[in-house]
Amino acid sequence: MPAVRMRGITKTFGAVCANSKVDLDIYKGEILALLGENGSGKTTLMNMLSGIYFPDEGQIFIGEQEVSISSPREAFGYGIGMIHQHFKLVDVLSATENIILGLPGKLDIPAAAKKIREICSTYGFDVDPDQKIYEMSVSQKQTVEIVKVLYRGADILILDEPTAVLTPQETEKLFAVLRKMREDGKAIIIITHKMHEVEELSDRVAVLRHGEYIGDMMTKDTNAQEMTNMMVGRAVTLNIERPDPVDPKPRIVIEGLTVRSADGIKRLDDVSFTANSGEILGIAGISGSGQKELLEAVAGLQVCESGSISYLDESGEKHELVGMGPLEIAGLGVQLSFVPEDRLGMGLVGNMDLSDNMMLRSFRVGRSPFTDRKSPRKLAEQVVDDLEVLTPGITTPVRRLSGGNVQKVLVGREIASAPTVLLTAYAVRGLDINSSYTIYDLINRQKKAGVAVIYVGEDLDVLLELCDRIVVLCGGRVSGIVDGRTADKNRVGLMMTRVGGGEERADS
Amino acid sequence: MLNFTAFIPRAVAQGMPLLYGSTGETITQKAGNLNLGIPGVMYVGAISGVIGSFLYERSVVASAALNPALAVGIPLLSCLFGSLVMGLIYCFLTVTLRANQNVTGLAMTTFGVGFGNFFGGSLIKLTGADVPSITLSRTSNVFRTVLPFANSTGWFGKVFLSYGFLAYLGILIALIAAHVLKRTRTGLHLRAVGESPATADAAGINITGYKYAATCLGCMIAGLGGLYYVMDYMNGVWSNDAFGDRGWLAIALVIFTIWRPDVGIFASILFGGLYILYLFLPTGENLSVKELYKMLPYIVTIIVLIFTSIRNKRENQPPASLGLAYFREER
Repeated sequence: MPAVRMRGITKTFGAVCANSKVDLDIYKGEILALLGENGSGKTTLMNMLSGIYFPDEGQIFIGEQEVSISSPREAFGYGIGMIHQHFKLVDVLSATENIILGLPGKLDIPAAAKKIREICSTYGFDVDPDQKIYEMSVSQKQTVEIVKVLYRGADILILDEPTAVLTPQETEKLFAVLRKMREDGKAIIIITHKMHEVEELSDRVAVLRHGEYIGDMMTKDTNAQEMTNMMVGRAVTLNIERPDPVDPKPRIVIEGLTVRSADGIKRLDDVSFTANSGEILGIAGISGSGQKELLEAVAGLQVCESGSISYLDESGEKHELVGMGPLEIAGLGVQLSFVPEDRLGMGLVGNMDLSDNMMLRSFRVGRSPFTDRKSPRKLAEQVVDDLEVLTPGITTPVRRLSGGNVQKVLVGREIASAPTVLLTAYAVRGLDINSSYTIYDLINRQKKAGVAVIYVGEDLDVLLELCDRIVVLCGGRVSGIVDGRTADKNRVGLMMTRVGGGEERADS
Repeated sequence: MLNFTAFIPRAVAQGMPLLYGSTGETITQKAGNLNLGIPGVMYVGAISGVIGSFLYERSVVASAALNPALAVGIPLLSCLFGSLVMGLIYCFLTVTLRANQNVTGLAMTTFGVGFGNFFGGSLIKLTGADVPSITLSRTSNVFRTVLPFANSTGWFGKVFLSYGFLAYLGILIALIAAHVLKRTRTGLHLRAVGESPATADAAGINITGYKYAATCLGCMIAGLGGLYYVMDYMNGVWSNDAFGDRGWLAIALVIFTIWRPDVGIFASILFGGLYILYLFLPTGENLSVKELYKMLPYIVTIIVLIFTSIRNKRENQPPASLGLAYFREER
C-alpha cells in the first residue's frame, strides 16, 4: 500500500507543459530517487505534493483518502515536508525561529529550542538553535531545513538536489541520516543528478522525461547507463573524455596571490600555481574557499593585496595582470564564465533576450555610435543550434529558460569569443547529466584548441575525470596540487577540509 | 540657556505626528511594503477627522456643550476610516495587482494631499470665513484635555502630564508594536513575510493576509498622526498644506530607528525638538540664522542615513524583500 499515490497529474505554465499525466507511487520505509533532465518537471511535481503549486488536473491520494493540497500548511498537515534546492530560510532569524515559522500557538523560543536539541540528538545533527542563518555554512543551513521538516512531524520527506552544495564528507553524513530515517519508516524522495548517489542511496528510481512519467524500477536491478538512457530517451555514452594535453606551455602563472574582502577577511592567502595551455586545471574546494575571488582576481574584478598574476602569450611575452582593468584583461583573451548559485547573477541579464545578452560581450566593437545588432543575433542562433538550447526563440528573455539552457547560453557566448584562457566556475551546477556532458564536451574542445581552461567544480568525481591537474583550495589557501589521473577521491576530499589533508601533510 | 520645561512639551507635541507616521510605516515595511504614500495617508487621516468633527460641531448648537465621547469618537472613527481606505487602495494595487510600490506610494501621496486640500478648501468655503482655515476649537478642547494634576505638579507635570490622550496613545501604540514585532508569533511571521515571502509561504503563512493587515493597520496608525496634528498640535485649526513635509520625515525616521518602534518614541521627540529648536536658540539680529537652524532635522537625517549604511550589521538592514511584490508561481 503506497503512502502517497499521484494519478494523472498535469500542470502547465502558460504554453509550457511542466507535467503531463504523471502517475507516481511513494512508499514508507523506502528512498525513492526521482530522475530526469533539467526541465523534465521533477521539481514542479514535488512542488505540487508540498502545496507550492496546485495541479491543473489529476488526483493525489494519501493512504486511502483523496486529498487536495492547496498550501504548504495543508501539506504539513498530511505529513509532507520538502527541502527546496534554494533554501527557504530567513537569513536574519535564528535557527529556532526559522524552524517554528508558520506554526500556531504562543511563541516560546526556549521550549522550541529544547525540542530541536532532542531531534538533533536522535538523528545526530549538529545545529545550534540560537545561531543566525546568515552565520551558517551551506550544510548547516540544509540541516536546519531538515530539522524544520522533522519538527513538524513529517513522515514524507522530499529533498530537491540536497547534495549539490555539499562536500563528499557532508554528503556521506546526510546519507547516513536519510538511511536512519528510512529505518524509522519515513518515505523519502530525493531529486538528484548524480548517478553514483542514486545507486548508493536509493531503493527505487522513477524517471520523468519532458514532463511525462517514463517508468520506475528497483535500483538494484538497474545501472547508471540504463537510467540515463531512460532519462534522455536514447542511448548516451557516460564517459568523460580526457585527451592528453598537447604541447602544454605556461599561460597563467600565479605567485603568492593574497586577496582580502571588503570587510578585511583574507579570502586568498599566498596562492601560487600555473595554468598551462591545452590543459584543464581543476579547482576543488568547499564552496566559499576562495574560488570566486581567485577567478575574479584573474579576470581583474578583485583588488589584489599582494602577489602577481602573469599572462604569457603565444610568443612567451609576459603581461602582469594585477593592476589591469577587466576590459584590458579580456582583450588579452582571458574570458570568465562564472555561473553563480542563482545562475543569472553574473554574466547574463535575465530580462534581456538571447541576442541582447550576446551583445553584452560585443557592444564596444566598431566605431559607429550605433551597436551592431546583426552579429549578436547570428551568434545567438549559432549557440542555440550548436548547443541544442531549448528556447522558443532568440527573442525570449533569458530568465524564462530552464537552468541548463541558461548555462549553455552563458558558456556558449564565452567560448564564441575564442579565448586563450577560459575561466569557468560551476559550469554544470544543477545541470542534468546529458547537458553536463554537452558542457564537458565543449570544454574539452577548447582544451584541444590549446586554450588554458581553469575549471572550478563542485562534483569531485567529475573533477577527477575531466581535469589534468587539480588545485585543492581550503580556506583560501592551496592545500595541494594533484594529478587528475592518479588522485584519490577521499584524499582530495580531506585536503578540501584541511590544508595538506591532515596527517598526510608530512608526505605531501 | 534652553528652557527645558518649555522646550520638551513643544518637542513632544512636534514629534507625535512623526511617531504615529513612523510606527505605521515600520509595521508596513516589516511586511515588505514600502509605502511612500504615508504623507498622503496622514493628510487623508487629518481631513477625514476634520470632516467628521466639522459635521458634528455643526449639528450641535453653538451654546451647548459637546458630548465628549462623540466629540472624540466621531473624528477618531472618521480618521481611521479614511486612512483604512487609503491602505486598502494601496494594498489592492501593490499586493493584489502587484503594481510597483514606489510609483503607487508616490501617487497615493499626491492623491492624499490633493484630497485633503480639496475637502479642506470646500469646508472653508462652507463656513464662509475670512481666513483660509477652519477652526474646530470645541472639538480640539476635548482632544486636548490633560491629566488633572498637570498644572499642580510643577515642571514634572509640564514635561510628563501636559498632553492630550493622543500623545499617550501614540507612545502606547509604539510600545505595543515593538513588543508584538519582537516577542510574538504574529511578529515573527510578519518579519518573515517582509524578509523572504517565499520562505514564509512555504511555512504556510498567509502572505496576502499579513501584507494587507500590516499595511492597513500601519495606514490607520499613521492617519492618527494627522488627526493629532490638527486636533492637538494645531488646536483644531485646519489650513491647506499646513502639515508640510512631516510625512516624509516620518518615513526617514523608520530608517533612523532601524525599524524599531520603541526607539521611534525617543527618535520622534528628538526630531520634534530639532524641528523647533530654532525657536529656542538665540539668533541675535540676523534672522537668516533661524532658517539655517530649520535645516537641522534634514541634516541629521542625512548624517544618520550615512551612518546606518556604514554600520553593516545584518539585523539593522531593511527587510530583505522590501518593495518587492510576491507571486508564488513566478518562475
